[in-house]
Amino acid sequence: MQNDEQSKHNEAKNASSWQSVTNDWSADKQSFDMPWGKLMMWIFLLSDTFIFSIFLTSYMNVRMSVTAAWPNPSEVFALTIAGHHIPLVLIAIMTFILITSSGTMAMAVNYAYQGNKKKTVYLMVVTALLGASFVGMQAFEWTKLIVEEGIRPWGNPMGANQFGAAFFMITGFHGLHVSAGVIYLSVIAKRVHQGKYDHKGYHIVEVTGLYWHFVDLVWVFIFAFFYLW
Amino acid sequence: MTKIEYVAIADQVDQSNHPSTFLTKYIWSQDHKVIAIQYSITAIAVGLVALVLSGIMRLQLGFPNEFSFIDPASYLQFVTMHGMIMVIYLLTALLLGGFGNYLIPLMIGARDMVFPYLNMLSYWTYLLSVFVLLASFFVSGGPTGAGWTLYPPQAILSGTPGAHAGILLMLTSLAIFIVAFTMGGLNYVTTILQARTRGMTLMRMPLTVWGIFVATILGLLAFPALLVSAIMMIFDKVVGTSFFMPAILSLGETLDHSGGSPILFQHLFWFFGHPEVYIVALPAFGMVSDVIAIHARKNIFGYRMMVWAIIAIGGLSFVVWAHHMYVSGMNPYFGFFFATTTLIIAIPTALKVYNWLLTLWRGNIHLTMPMLFAIGFIFTFTHGGLTGLMLGNVVIDLPLSDTFFVVAHFHMVMGVSPIMVLFAAIYHWFPLLTGRFLDNKLGKFHFWGTFLGTYAIYLPMHYLGFLGVPRRYYAMGDTDFIPESAQTLNAGITVSAIIVGLVQFIFIANVIWSTFKGKKSGRNPWQATSLEWQTADFPPGHGNWGEQLPQVYRWAYDFSVPKVKDDFIPQNLPSEEVEYLTSERNNDRGKK
Repeated sequence: MQNDEQSKHNEAKNASSWQSVTNDWSADKQSFDMPWGKLMMWIFLLSDTFIFSIFLTSYMNVRMSVTAAWPNPSEVFALTIAGHHIPLVLIAIMTFILITSSGTMAMAVNYAYQGNKKKTVYLMVVTALLGASFVGMQAFEWTKLIVEEGIRPWGNPMGANQFGAAFFMITGFHGLHVSAGVIYLSVIAKRVHQGKYDHKGYHIVEVTGLYWHFVDLVWVFIFAFFYLW
Repeated sequence: MTKIEYVAIADQVDQSNHPSTFLTKYIWSQDHKVIAIQYSITAIAVGLVALVLSGIMRLQLGFPNEFSFIDPASYLQFVTMHGMIMVIYLLTALLLGGFGNYLIPLMIGARDMVFPYLNMLSYWTYLLSVFVLLASFFVSGGPTGAGWTLYPPQAILSGTPGAHAGILLMLTSLAIFIVAFTMGGLNYVTTILQARTRGMTLMRMPLTVWGIFVATILGLLAFPALLVSAIMMIFDKVVGTSFFMPAILSLGETLDHSGGSPILFQHLFWFFGHPEVYIVALPAFGMVSDVIAIHARKNIFGYRMMVWAIIAIGGLSFVVWAHHMYVSGMNPYFGFFFATTTLIIAIPTALKVYNWLLTLWRGNIHLTMPMLFAIGFIFTFTHGGLTGLMLGNVVIDLPLSDTFFVVAHFHMVMGVSPIMVLFAAIYHWFPLLTGRFLDNKLGKFHFWGTFLGTYAIYLPMHYLGFLGVPRRYYAMGDTDFIPESAQTLNAGITVSAIIVGLVQFIFIANVIWSTFKGKKSGRNPWQATSLEWQTADFPPGHGNWGEQLPQVYRWAYDFSVPKVKDDFIPQNLPSEEVEYLTSERNNDRGKK
């Protein structure tokens, strides 16, 4: 019975693409060949995608319906470094950092499946640190906008009030996601280090990675729709 | 490196840690059955609050100026709380948190939800949201009176009852509810997809599970819209942003808002609100299908069609939302688009109604309590559905909008109908929980009181709507176009509503009495085929299945199979063990 199950399982796994889709959906027990936690994370991310899509759609709607002028983002988010006025420089660095952290996360997942606990933990910590530095820079950006530019959620000297409102709400919500991710990564890294997954397997690292990549992907959309538009 | 051996779930040893103390068994329980009962009791309790509120509203409408404790502000607050509690905190929570939790693992042959701890958190978070909601009755200004749709700007402007603390508590409570629902919903979907027992393919699942499954997916995708709009409205109220607030003159003062879009809120709200209708309806469709098949001793007609209809309705429900907004004003082409998609939903829905009727057709109908309620549902749902077709058309909707016709329509289709199914389901699955039947005599009284009573309430309301009687009005005052007779009708409706309300307390009494003193049912009293009746212990204990998970050999609708001795074949009975009447054996029988 056991071997029978095992061979059926392998057969389903190795079938050609469409055949394997059919196999998955007509199977008993599991529709997807993945651990419970991983599927749950995928479904959660689908739900979270809707949250961010609705945030961004609302922002676009509001931006189109306002009567006051919308500030030019490349001016607002410019920094003067060593006498040079560079538009969007901070946000470019933040985006670079976040995308780099996705790379280190992917490497962590790879090492986790190889069973290399030390490197996994090391890369997860690096990812978490990159994430934390992203949040730190975001705090710097917020401070600059609030203190120097005088932008508030309810008001904006440069034009439409909704600019500040949408900006703080959406980047704030994303920042909360990154912060949660940093905590999540740290907890999982600690548990990997303690060897708590030696018996269950290291799928959990990949699940954490899914969340992290999702947060990065969302950032790309926020970057495109908020800073580049 | 440790290699992980593949061990099928069915072959894993039962690792459930059986709880021993009262606290872990009944309070902080991670057992899906206990959580389901906690969800159900909370939902029904808060539903009773909403029922009482509706009674008070009816008293005011039927006999205006008779009751001094109802003033215009509190009337609006009761309308709002009644609507919100009934839709979200009763129906959604009871159908998914209650029945979903109880039935999913039992029907698909799992030991529990995939993440029991998360499931427990889901219930306690839900309870918190209920407390936050009810707290709004006790803050200054009382609960919000903005109507259950909470449309800004009026929801957060002074002049609306509860525009300060009430609306904030409502929005916070909704946000907490969504967190609770997400934790539960992720569990339900993952459990159905990944934890089915050996032999339980998707197309062998009972329709109840299909209904709950698709409804949960709808919830996971629709509630984000409500969450986002709640967050944005909280910002508008607390921080002073203007997402939904245009430049506005309120009570002679220019407010600090400008440039927001109130229509945006309506779109977000109904992007959640319309799927919400089906979040309530689809589990009901599923459960009623099972009840009808079991009590008519016949396989459900067109099982595959029923499944695809559930999926189609679920998909379509995301592209019809603006039919709630015809009077908000929109491009006529959009109106045309949304009217079309709305009417298309009628196709899979009608298909389901025909299939229920065709299941009854020449079936061996047992007029048990569940069956009575199921047949009652077919009536109320057909009526509510047909008026929905009328309202789905822009030209018919415009004059009827905001009248009692709309009230009658949605109460028939998503108030009375799911409630009828809930009663059918409670009468049907009560023996599984307690090992006892609900009392039949009280039940008959309950059924006829509810069925005839709701008709006495809502049929005249359609007529009031045609007269143009507006909804959400505290009193009509001197209105020329509304004849005197409308008031007589209103009084009649109120009397029926009070009677229907009282009949529900008979039901509650019946549940309490039967739990302890009801007639013993024995195992599988309805002779059902699905797995939940085939557990090792009866009623099922923690872990559900004893040593090994069941093996499933067939679909859930093998009733009255020709030449078979019993008129039903349980899903977990191997073909070799099916007893036949004649010696002639046909191995293809019963396989599906």
